[in-house]
Amino acid sequence: MPAADAFALTVTDMHKRFGALEVLKGVSLQAREGDVISILGSSGSGKSTLLRCINLLETPDDGVVTVAGETIKMRKTRDGRAEPADRHQVDRIRSELGMVFQSFNLWSHMTILENLIEAPIHVQKRPRAQCIDEAHALLDKVGIGDKAGHYPAHLSGGQQQRAAIARALAMQPKVMLFDEPTSALDPELVGEVLRVMRALAEEGRTMLVVTHEMSFARDVSSRVVFLDQGLVEAEGPPSDLFGDPKSDRFRQFIKKERN
Amino acid sequence: MNWTTALGFGDRSWGPAMVEGAVMTLLVSTAGLAIGAILGSLVAWAKLSGAKFAGAIGEGYAALFRGLPELLVVYFVYFGSSALLTAFANLVGIEGFVGVPAFAAGSLAVGVISGAYQAEVFRGAFLAIAKGELEAARSVGMGRWLMFRRIIAPQVLRFAIPGLGNLWQVALKDSSLISVTGLAELMRESQLGAGSTHQPFTFYVAGGALYLLLTAFSDRLFEFAEARATRGMRREAH
Amino acid sequence: MGADFLWTTFTRLLGALDVTLSVWALSIVLGAFIAAGITWMRGSGVRPLVYFAKAYIFVFRGAPLLVQLFVVYYGLGSIPAVRASIFWPFLRDAFDCAVLSYALCTAAYQSEIFRGALAAVPHGQIEAARACGMSRVTLFRRIIFPIALRQALPAYSTEVISMTKATALVSMVTLWDVMSVALKIRNDTLVTYTPLIVAGAIYFVLNYLIARAFIAVEHWLSPHLRARPN
Repeated sequence: MPAADAFALTVTDMHKRFGALEVLKGVSLQAREGDVISILGSSGSGKSTLLRCINLLETPDDGVVTVAGETIKMRKTRDGRAEPADRHQVDRIRSELGMVFQSFNLWSHMTILENLIEAPIHVQKRPRAQCIDEAHALLDKVGIGDKAGHYPAHLSGGQQQRAAIARALAMQPKVMLFDEPTSALDPELVGEVLRVMRALAEEGRTMLVVTHEMSFARDVSSRVVFLDQGLVEAEGPPSDLFGDPKSDRFRQFIKKERN
Repeated sequence: MNWTTALGFGDRSWGPAMVEGAVMTLLVSTAGLAIGAILGSLVAWAKLSGAKFAGAIGEGYAALFRGLPELLVVYFVYFGSSALLTAFANLVGIEGFVGVPAFAAGSLAVGVISGAYQAEVFRGAFLAIAKGELEAARSVGMGRWLMFRRIIAPQVLRFAIPGLGNLWQVALKDSSLISVTGLAELMRESQLGAGSTHQPFTFYVAGGALYLLLTAFSDRLFEFAEARATRGMRREAH
Repeated sequence: MGADFLWTTFTRLLGALDVTLSVWALSIVLGAFIAAGITWMRGSGVRPLVYFAKAYIFVFRGAPLLVQLFVVYYGLGSIPAVRASIFWPFLRDAFDCAVLSYALCTAAYQSEIFRGALAAVPHGQIEAARACGMSRVTLFRRIIFPIALRQALPAYSTEVISMTKATALVSMVTLWDVMSVALKIRNDTLVTYTPLIVAGAIYFVLNYLIARAFIAVEHWLSPHLRARPN
């Protein structure tokens, strides 16, 4: 069996350009089951784009994404652009990836509970009663069990993000993608979300986290990837990178983030 | 006769009449918009001033004319004003029926309807003026009339342009209803031409096309006015 | 005269309400379907379709409704090709002409309402749905349509009320709606104000009820916009 099967997620040589600007210039990444990978970099380094290319919210111009052994099939359109070859495959793989957004993106016209059961019922076609039970359990787990009947607008930012994490968990994903989950939160609300993420990491979830929270990257992740100008500039366990950074640019980056 | 002759500018052709109709449409719509502006600003002023009674009357007027069919208002103003004028004339000794000129009745009808909507445009435009500008004017000692003339009115007009542009288009279309009074505006000329030449399709399509021309031209005019009025307010790229 | 006349006028006008309301309801519904098509064309990205949609909206919003009505009722009926076609039984009938003409007109306005409402759906919520693996159909059905619907209600209420007022114009094409009956009463009895005032009152109450109904629906569909329950 090719090595890719042993990984929960692999990204091989990913390229993405927006017009004339090349944002990803050949990024590769492997995540084993249980890996918690923090993706760091300054703005413009391509880290969010990388995540969004994995679940095809952006279409990569080149590169291969494999989730749990299944490779996303791509093809070229008539004018040379890349596009997914099989839309159903993309939908299916997306349902195996759980994404948590910077601005939560809870569906405003539904209650928190309805937000959680929406995709399990309508995408994964699981029975309603089962989805509701699991949703309640997940809401308890992230600490907002009493908010099930509330609407997103009635929750604080931290509560909304925890609800969004629960929504992603409700899909029973193989890999979770976090796109700067705490960047839009007031400082005093960041902690409650990081606590939930830490609990998930300790459970053995496979997580890719784009973040600016150095404490999370250093203390919770199993690996850190530093992107600079569209390429992987440094990579390794946090003890290596933070303890003895061999990359100058990474050293500068940490110094800037500290201040 | 074929349609090119019917609409042309020859001897028995209706070209000139249609153009005159279009001009009349422009005139009566302008008069209507002007009347609406007067009524609308009065109502806006009444509502903004906080005077309860005047505000309630203004609100009632606006609600009334927003809830009535425009055609009904045209008939009512036309028949009603003529009846009033006749009664008045009979009082002072003039016998028989005295009709109000169709232009006056028509523009009054359009104006009374337009005013109900213009009130909201002016009120919104006034509220959009930054309070700070008014405070600054007061603090340099500007009197109320001067402040109105130099600060409030120009700003209100500037913010009101988009809304007024819309209401102008509405006035143009409402003016077609004045045809029931017999006024020789575009709709009426189209009707007369259609009846006379037995080519209704030609004349109503031509009339429609002329209305569209007036609309497109007005659109440009209002875009230009808005651009000029907001110069210095938009942030230019450097 | 007096109270008797008032009462007979009122009942006669109420009797004509069915014509008014039928034209109103049928044209709004038909117009909604046409508008959905126009909105789809406008957003399709296919250039000829986009141009057609834009042109359609310009023509049917820019020309007075009265002109549009006369083109359909008087104009189409005078064309030999139309008279020979299978549509003639419909286009000969004043009611059908009125509904068709009104539907075409309201479709232009409704299309712009739909377009604005769809654009107002927060992009992030659409992305979250796609990230869950929702198919395009499910995404539209469960996320885009419900949110857009709520966004469209206020503007849609205004358009529906415009349509009630517009029905008065069918009096010009031989239909016996509230407006034409009021005019007939005036012609027959030479009493100017009463029939028009009673007709006006009927239209006014109708529009008031419609406005209240929309507010009630908006309220019912928006628990997520109300104050936090405690």
